[in-house]
Amino acid sequence: MARITLENLAHSYRPAPKTDDDWALKPMTLTWRDGGAYALLGSSGCGKSTLLNIISGLLHPTQGRVLFEDRDVTALPTAARDIAQVFQFPVVYDTMTVRQNLAFPLKNRCLPAAEIARRVQDVARMIGMEDALDRRARRLTADAKQKISLGRGMVRHEVNAILFDEPLTVIDPQMKWELRTQLKSLHREFGHTMIYVTHDQTEALTFADEVVVMSEGRVVQVGTPRSLFDAPAHTFVGYFIGSPGMNLLDAEVQGATAFVAGTTIPLGTAYAPPKGRVQIGIRPDAARPATEGLPFRLIRVEDVGHHRILRGEVAGAAFNVTVPEDEPIPASFDRVALDPARIGVFVDDWRLAPLERAA
Amino acid sequence: MTLELRGVSRKVAGQDWIHPTDLTLSPGSMNVLLGPTLSGKTSLMRLMAGLDQPTAGRIFWQGQDVTGMPVQKRGVAMVYQQFINYPSMSVYENIASPLRLQRTSRAEIDARVRQTAEMMRLTPLLDRRPLELSGGQQQRTALARALVKGAGLVLLDEPLANLDYKLREELRAEIPRIFEASGAIFVYATTEAEEALLLGGNTATLWEGRVTQFGPTPQVYRAPVDATTARVFSDPPMNFQPVAVRGGMARLDGHDWPVALPDGSYRAGFRAAHLRLDPLPGAIPLKTRVDVTEFTGAETFLHLLHGEARLIALVPGVQRLERGAALTLWLDSTHVYLFGQDGRLACRAPYAAVA
Amino acid sequence: MDKPVNNRAWLLVLPVLVLVAFSAVIPLMTVVNYSVQDTFGRNQFFWNGLGWFEDVLHSDRVHAALGRQLLFSGIILAIEIPLGIFIALNMPKRGFWASLVLVLMALPLLIPWNVVGTIWQVFGRVDIGLLGHTLAALGVDYNYVNDPLDAWATIIVMDVWHWTSLVALLCYAGLQSIPDAYYQAARIDQASRWGVFRFIELPKMRGVLLIAVLLRFMDSFMIYTEPFVVTGGGPGNATTFLSIDLVKMAIGQFDLGPAAAFSLIYFLVILLISWVFYTAMTAERERP
Repeated sequence: MARITLENLAHSYRPAPKTDDDWALKPMTLTWRDGGAYALLGSSGCGKSTLLNIISGLLHPTQGRVLFEDRDVTALPTAARDIAQVFQFPVVYDTMTVRQNLAFPLKNRCLPAAEIARRVQDVARMIGMEDALDRRARRLTADAKQKISLGRGMVRHEVNAILFDEPLTVIDPQMKWELRTQLKSLHREFGHTMIYVTHDQTEALTFADEVVVMSEGRVVQVGTPRSLFDAPAHTFVGYFIGSPGMNLLDAEVQGATAFVAGTTIPLGTAYAPPKGRVQIGIRPDAARPATEGLPFRLIRVEDVGHHRILRGEVAGAAFNVTVPEDEPIPASFDRVALDPARIGVFVDDWRLAPLERAA
Repeated sequence: MTLELRGVSRKVAGQDWIHPTDLTLSPGSMNVLLGPTLSGKTSLMRLMAGLDQPTAGRIFWQGQDVTGMPVQKRGVAMVYQQFINYPSMSVYENIASPLRLQRTSRAEIDARVRQTAEMMRLTPLLDRRPLELSGGQQQRTALARALVKGAGLVLLDEPLANLDYKLREELRAEIPRIFEASGAIFVYATTEAEEALLLGGNTATLWEGRVTQFGPTPQVYRAPVDATTARVFSDPPMNFQPVAVRGGMARLDGHDWPVALPDGSYRAGFRAAHLRLDPLPGAIPLKTRVDVTEFTGAETFLHLLHGEARLIALVPGVQRLERGAALTLWLDSTHVYLFGQDGRLACRAPYAAVA
Repeated sequence: MDKPVNNRAWLLVLPVLVLVAFSAVIPLMTVVNYSVQDTFGRNQFFWNGLGWFEDVLHSDRVHAALGRQLLFSGIILAIEIPLGIFIALNMPKRGFWASLVLVLMALPLLIPWNVVGTIWQVFGRVDIGLLGHTLAALGVDYNYVNDPLDAWATIIVMDVWHWTSLVALLCYAGLQSIPDAYYQAARIDQASRWGVFRFIELPKMRGVLLIAVLLRFMDSFMIYTEPFVVTGGGPGNATTFLSIDLVKMAIGQFDLGPAAAFSLIYFLVILLISWVFYTAMTAERERP
């Protein structure tokens, strides 16, 4: 197990990158502590897979270094990095039994047979597949195959990190719950450093201690799930995290007051006079139907079970409000009220720190 | 335009893929087929399309028996999980292709292609090739091709499954709008309960080749006829606990509440979102130990151990709880469904009666 | 699958049925007819029962030809299958070189069989052939006209040259369908090159290998044109394979009855061996 450091790392698929767009991965420096659970979150093409491939040794970065503890592994091939990886589509050795699959990495490393048998038994217990050990792997369901992939990594005690590349893509929703919980328990029990790549915010937030949000090859924000939700550093994070995403409205901000389309909105704290395009952001669950506040035009109501989504418009911009299942929606309302403590201010898409904290 | 399945079933190599099914899809309705992988969603759709023939039963389209009629002659369109477009044609030609086969006039084709493209927000992309588009745009092209010929029945087989989470969210919000504009019968297969709820309309829940319930989506969600339907239509999965009823009182964890049921053993079912952290007068206190907590934006999932059983709770806000900590959750008895030993619903959760 | 309800579809199949009847069924029935009758000329036939079949089954000449044929097919499969796999594994996966190699590999497959025979017939001649002459100049005692071993070697090398590409191209297609994740997983598991082949590539190639083995077996078992052009079945009967023997019997000696019985037995042997290959190679799949 190891701490992982990415030092001024960047990558381009072009031989001689010139403009900003040529870089698939723009320069970044990150440190991941030993035993942490991290998620790389972003939409397809954001560079998260490129980053994963650099860590696993499949790609050699154009610039920068990858360190496991203090050892520079940038030039090492995959096999020499002692990492494990679970892929999007389950990879099992079809002709082998589950037992042979789990033993395979140890056999290749020439461990004594008794040790192999012991570890395979241990791992089978951890992933809950003791009863299936002698079954042929190709006949198993997708979730069982993913467990085997994970197990093949966990039998190796010296493994530095376990990488997950969208591992729940082909898994049924019901099984996702089980696999995710199991993954969390395993992480807690054995403390491997885990890096989880996904486009699914729910998976990223529920899995990780810390989430790295990426967009267009850039790290937009690194933070705990809570900070990403409560205080997104960029409007992209506000949009990407949360379902539906954060509502954004063009506004004017003066001290502790915002003006949106002629309506005055009190803010929780005061801000220095901003320069640039100013927006305020508010989560759909921090707004509620009211008789006073911002003028709101309701378009449709969606019942999602434990809450309802009111889709509508404020000053021509899309605006969503969520209302819990047991709270009645007023028969007619044309305003929404916002919780002042949960309004964020963004200038040219980046979050503006309020005055107190800045001071 | 109505599609009616009467006693339709399908057997393959002695195995029941679809058990005898009666289903009537009314004109211009959105119908969701909800069930896990291999529950028969695709098989049922193929029967509706005429791609497969039923082993028994008849299929009626607008009152006319169309069983055995080949798919080319039925006005159906299908969209798949994979983005299927002609790679060498432009988006325009892709959308126009079904009309060219129908020998529609040039002017008519142009008008309809542009109209559909506008609805699918593809107008600026008409000259591109499908592979130059994002996944969402490719799937929109496939949808446009399905809609342009004005088919009376549009079948969508997990159309958003291969898209990124956020793109899925966007298209999901658009599909009801597109559906309303088209006036066709939509059939939409998905594995996700949330998707079914967002699409609205009617939902048929499937389990092992059987339609367990069919009705308006919120009704199937809040008034499931059996435990299987409730499980299929709950994400996170519904929690189940054994309950004894004696003398008109149900008892769970030492707490009694009145129910109008004969004495016996039942299974109580309740959804994750109905467990609360704050005490509620008259609610059932469930004593649990914390296993895993998962934060997801505005809410936290708690995975709990209740004796031998596992429970999942969805509570608002950020909850940081130590593993193994004792935690009491409160369950309002009006949120409890009671299922008989055979799995049939014995008593609907009282809160749902009003909804 | 389900029966189509529309019976007019059968009409569309009619032309093919007529064609198949004339090209396969009727000739086959003629053969069956000949195989159970005898004649003393003047187009007068009489019933001979299974006599010809018994004769053929007990004929030393047929036994010898069958033995040569089995040995030939065995050698061909033993060389071409592993060699084809080996070539496929070493072909470039993508880019310009991949296209070039594909074209080069396909070339031998495009040459008509009798031309292949002629090429090698000339190529191996000691007086004017490049191969024969070079070998002779190097002091190798090579002459496929006189030496049975040299004749066999020539035909085998010729067949390998002609058909290994087919095996290689089929395997190459099979290999291309393996997702990169498998190779990456194997690297992480520190699998050896042999391990990657044994546990990933071979299992994923099994489908195409089955086709390759069946095609190469059937084709080599029926080989006629090339040895006929190169050696004419000689020296002596050294390269007289079943089909060459059959033609000698039917056209050379005009023994229509035995030849007909021979061809039916020939047909059944091919069917039987193909079936054995097929069952053996698909049996693994059915196991739980």
